[in-house]
Amino acid sequence: MTEDDLRQLIGRVQRGALSRRGFVRRLATVGLTAPMATQLLAIAGAAPAAAQNQPAYRATRRGGGGALKILYWQASTLPNIHFAVGTTNQDAARVFYEPLAGWATDGTLVPVLAAEIPSVENGGLAENGRSVTWKLKRGVKWHDGQDFSADDVVFNWEFARNPQTAATTSGSYTGVNVVKVDDFTVRVEFDKPTPFWADAFCSASGALIPKHLFGSFNGPNARDAPNNIRPVGTGPYRFASFAPGDVLRGELFQNYHGENRPFFDTIEVKGGGDAVSAARAVLQTGDFDYAWNLQVEDELLLRLEAANRGKVNIIEGSNIEHIQLNTTDPSQEVDGERSSIKTTHPAFSDPAVRQAMALLVDRNSVSQFIYGRGGPAASNFLHAPDRFRSSNMRWEFNIARANEILDAAGWARGRDGIRAKGNVRLKFLFQTSVNAPRQRTQQIVKQAAGRCGIDLELKSIVASVFFSSDVANPDTFPKFYADMQMYTTTMTQADPQRFMSQFASWECAAKANNWQGRNAPRFRSEEYDAAVRAAEAELDPVKRAALFIRMNDIVVGSNHVIPVVRRPLVSASLNTLRPVLSAWDSTMWALQDWYREA
Amino acid sequence: MTQYLLRRVLIAIPSLLGISVILFTVLALAPGDPFEELATNPAIPPEVRQNLRASLGLDDPIYLRYFAWLGSMLQGDWGYSFISRIPVDDLILQRLPTTVAVIGASQVLALCIALPVGVMAATRPYSLFDQVANTLAFVGFSLPTFFTGLLLILLFSIHLDWLPFVYSTKIDATGLAWWWAQLKQSIMPIAVLGLFQGAAWTRFVRSAVLDVVRLDHVTTARAKGLPESRVTLRHVVRNAMIPVVTLVALQMPAVFGGAIVTEQIFRVPGIGSLLITSILSNDTPVIMAVTFVFAALVIFFNLVADILYGWLDPRISYR
Amino acid sequence: MAAPAARKRVGPWGEAWRRFRKHRLAVVSAVVLAVLILGVLVGPLFWTLPIDEIDFSARLAGPSWAHPLGNDDLGQDLLARIMYGGRISLAVGFAAMAVAVTVGVAVGAIAGMAGGKLDAVLMWVTDLFLSLPQLPLLLLIIYLFRDSLKEVVGPEVGVFILIVTIIGLFNWMQVARLVRAQFFSLREKEFVEAARALGASRWRLVTRHILPNALGPVIVAATIDIAAAIIAESTLSFLGLGFPPDIPTWGRLLFDAKDNLDFAPHWAIFPGLAIFLTVVSINFLGDGLRDALDPRRVI
Repeated sequence: MTEDDLRQLIGRVQRGALSRRGFVRRLATVGLTAPMATQLLAIAGAAPAAAQNQPAYRATRRGGGGALKILYWQASTLPNIHFAVGTTNQDAARVFYEPLAGWATDGTLVPVLAAEIPSVENGGLAENGRSVTWKLKRGVKWHDGQDFSADDVVFNWEFARNPQTAATTSGSYTGVNVVKVDDFTVRVEFDKPTPFWADAFCSASGALIPKHLFGSFNGPNARDAPNNIRPVGTGPYRFASFAPGDVLRGELFQNYHGENRPFFDTIEVKGGGDAVSAARAVLQTGDFDYAWNLQVEDELLLRLEAANRGKVNIIEGSNIEHIQLNTTDPSQEVDGERSSIKTTHPAFSDPAVRQAMALLVDRNSVSQFIYGRGGPAASNFLHAPDRFRSSNMRWEFNIARANEILDAAGWARGRDGIRAKGNVRLKFLFQTSVNAPRQRTQQIVKQAAGRCGIDLELKSIVASVFFSSDVANPDTFPKFYADMQMYTTTMTQADPQRFMSQFASWECAAKANNWQGRNAPRFRSEEYDAAVRAAEAELDPVKRAALFIRMNDIVVGSNHVIPVVRRPLVSASLNTLRPVLSAWDSTMWALQDWYREA
Repeated sequence: MTQYLLRRVLIAIPSLLGISVILFTVLALAPGDPFEELATNPAIPPEVRQNLRASLGLDDPIYLRYFAWLGSMLQGDWGYSFISRIPVDDLILQRLPTTVAVIGASQVLALCIALPVGVMAATRPYSLFDQVANTLAFVGFSLPTFFTGLLLILLFSIHLDWLPFVYSTKIDATGLAWWWAQLKQSIMPIAVLGLFQGAAWTRFVRSAVLDVVRLDHVTTARAKGLPESRVTLRHVVRNAMIPVVTLVALQMPAVFGGAIVTEQIFRVPGIGSLLITSILSNDTPVIMAVTFVFAALVIFFNLVADILYGWLDPRISYR
Repeated sequence: MAAPAARKRVGPWGEAWRRFRKHRLAVVSAVVLAVLILGVLVGPLFWTLPIDEIDFSARLAGPSWAHPLGNDDLGQDLLARIMYGGRISLAVGFAAMAVAVTVGVAVGAIAGMAGGKLDAVLMWVTDLFLSLPQLPLLLLIIYLFRDSLKEVVGPEVGVFILIVTIIGLFNWMQVARLVRAQFFSLREKEFVEAARALGASRWRLVTRHILPNALGPVIVAATIDIAAAIIAESTLSFLGLGFPPDIPTWGRLLFDAKDNLDFAPHWAIFPGLAIFLTVVSINFLGDGLRDALDPRRVI
């Protein structure tokens, strides 16, 4: 899809020939997020100001809702947003702390502590993309009774960007300058034109901590602040108790700034155990109201849902389970590292082998029989039934064609049935993390590959090693000492810039950067690099969107990255509970709006 | 005797130190990183990760880190958890009562099953009782706890809806209602652990008693015309206790260390689950503290067992 | 006078065999164990369905004529998987048990016999192994040895040796403590004193007089170790140390089956039954052997 195609699509939305929803969904198939799509519509004036998919809040008074019990199969350990490692901790912190604005699941930005969302029309957004001005909501109180003001906002910037505090949120706050305009106005200034301005102070990682409690801990002593484990925020529930690795409790905050909110009197977030029994605790026994992130085979969830106590919520996001084919040779050691970019993979350097491999991934079966509703088959290609359909870019599962391609490319079957050319045999090591659906997927791919004369050796690595940044360990995914690997890349921001830049050549994981680079397959393409650089500074959202689509086509078209299934967020809740969820923000992003129907 | 005790206690100190050196080395060399999740999160720049590592002293050589740890440990400072940033001793104390209650009760349950059943089975070998007891014991230890735990949950929580299967440390009730709720949520984890342990112990007790029953002094006692119950209790059981004491002493440290699998299934916030999450997140201060206390308990209960051997069989000399 | 040669002469082994045969459970167990071992060894020759044939139309299907033990969630045939996995599980179970018992008996016997300094050192090692946290140690071992071992002896044998060694090394401590305690008690007993007074050498004292009497708990521990090893193998494969994830060992089958226990019980029951039968038959076999070899038999 090109820039022109995009503009035509937007035109159709304006004329009413295409629904907003249809537009968002169509862009999702080319790898663009809902927030990006909404942003495109906003430019054209085709977007509503407020989120559309927000369910109405029907509670008529504050409190009286009893207890809200939430179950996570991972337990939180540190509820300070600036030190939060992992989603669990971020969500725990988000129970108490709030950002200026959060992302609704349809991609609109919703004000929380901000009075309104900045736009070019209301003067909040600078035309040149160099600054954004936020007006703060008045009358907001911290849980200890102090007033919330612009000083708190500025302090969070100072705190997060300070290298000595080693805040995990620092990525959002470096490269920006924050100025207090008055007590209820702050201006965020960027050192270059910035298309994605809603990063600092927005979404879960943008939640704000109080200056009056953390002011004296803005330095190396930041991690010793007593309020790190006793949060005092502005959220709907105030802190009651916290046992690290076990349970977090809160109670209704009487002075909350939202009208008639919150509904529940207490909140409990219990952690630990496993995903299957978490689903059981909601769907089968109803002991809990909500269970988070159920990475469980869908077959099982469907059976549990049959008890009719609760339902499974599926929220489309942009997380993608994919297989990477190594561009470099994992068996050859050069200058003390394997999979060095000075080498090329003996088999995958042949596009025919990569194409065959992509044809051998039975995405339909994986989606239908393993992930179910939790994993629609991913193509990242346009396959809607209109003139944008591109027949050579569609994914398919076709063993016969893979065989033909390999035959034509000169990979002949040996005596043992395994194909070879010269002294290169199609025998690959396929690694992933320990996770039941992933091991099932591995087996499905292995069987199809076997029928095509490709022998796969499967390997599973415990997640705490596979996903670690440990330089000494050979089994981490950035090291990629294997021919193929599979995992989910999560998109932590509403904007795809950071997500897509992971396949830029300067992100290649290598010994030189301690394998900190995010480009595990060591994919390199000059055209791709140029597109990433161009998108960083492109202010025209339509042009920028076209660049992202181009990047997606380059990397997926090379077959070094084979999308398998999309991974929407799957959770379970009781039938009576009305949770408000979003794929672009924390589970707790609209906790104040949760209520229970009688 | 006193001299023996004194000597053993003195030996225990270098033993513990040696163990602590090895523990520390294993942990330092073992793969993993306290900030694994940071690695996959593209929003976090690598410098932050490096700053964090440096601020926690992770880049120092192993021996320096060991001496730093030992120094503060000797002053009673257990250090701070890398992950939660609260003192390690607070973290452990938070979980100790639950662990001792659940694991302790399960050990007691195991003993209460194993001793009478094992003795009765052995005094009537190959009777119907013996056969049934044996079969149940085999079932008990052929099935892993992850399996029996789930079986109980399916039966008592989901099918019958009698018992909760998510353990809660804060029950909103007082008095009798509190005890009732506590009992209801503890039954299943205690039963899973107790039955597994009890099954194995029953076999040991039976075998030990069988060994003793065949010995001459029992035959003599019986020949003297002593009543059977007295023979069993005074002459058989006491002599058969040596392996039992050994096994119980081996298990006692677990009352502190917790049971990882069972705690995970029932979400019991015990020390076992603290240890496993710390290991998975490479939270070295916590792992070190837990394993070190565990090691001290292992050594202590080994000593207790050695002393009990002498009490059970006075002919055992201390050399 | 004519010799009263009416009774056939029976040697000690013959006598033991006669007694063993009278132990009906032991005989039955021997047969069951033989069937199990034979089943996993030659069974796949007759039951030729592949272990990894995926058939989504038969997902979680219960036992049928085509698949006597049913199918798993990918529709793979469970009978074929159980037979294939049995080879590994039984081999790992027996070998790991052998390692644990050998090391345990050796350490326990030496410590119990020698006492003093040697005892102190050996008990220190035992305590050390008891207090080491297994997970980090396992990860360390995988990291240090997996690749080098694979290169030396090939992937399958390498993994097998590693698994057996690791499970064995994590399980010998209980046996060592038990044997040592038994030795403390036994070495002071009258019959040992008597043998010592008769000038028996230390070696003879241990092997002929003390050890046979200390074997009771060892046999029990050995059977428990087999069950533990079969289960432990599946845990190891989750850490990436065991066999590749597509190899269906009994412990792994049980673990994979657990979440579907209420919908597809057959998936869990058959591997569970296989482990149970192995443990039971080995146990009764052990009991039978002990009764047969022990002259002071009770029955």
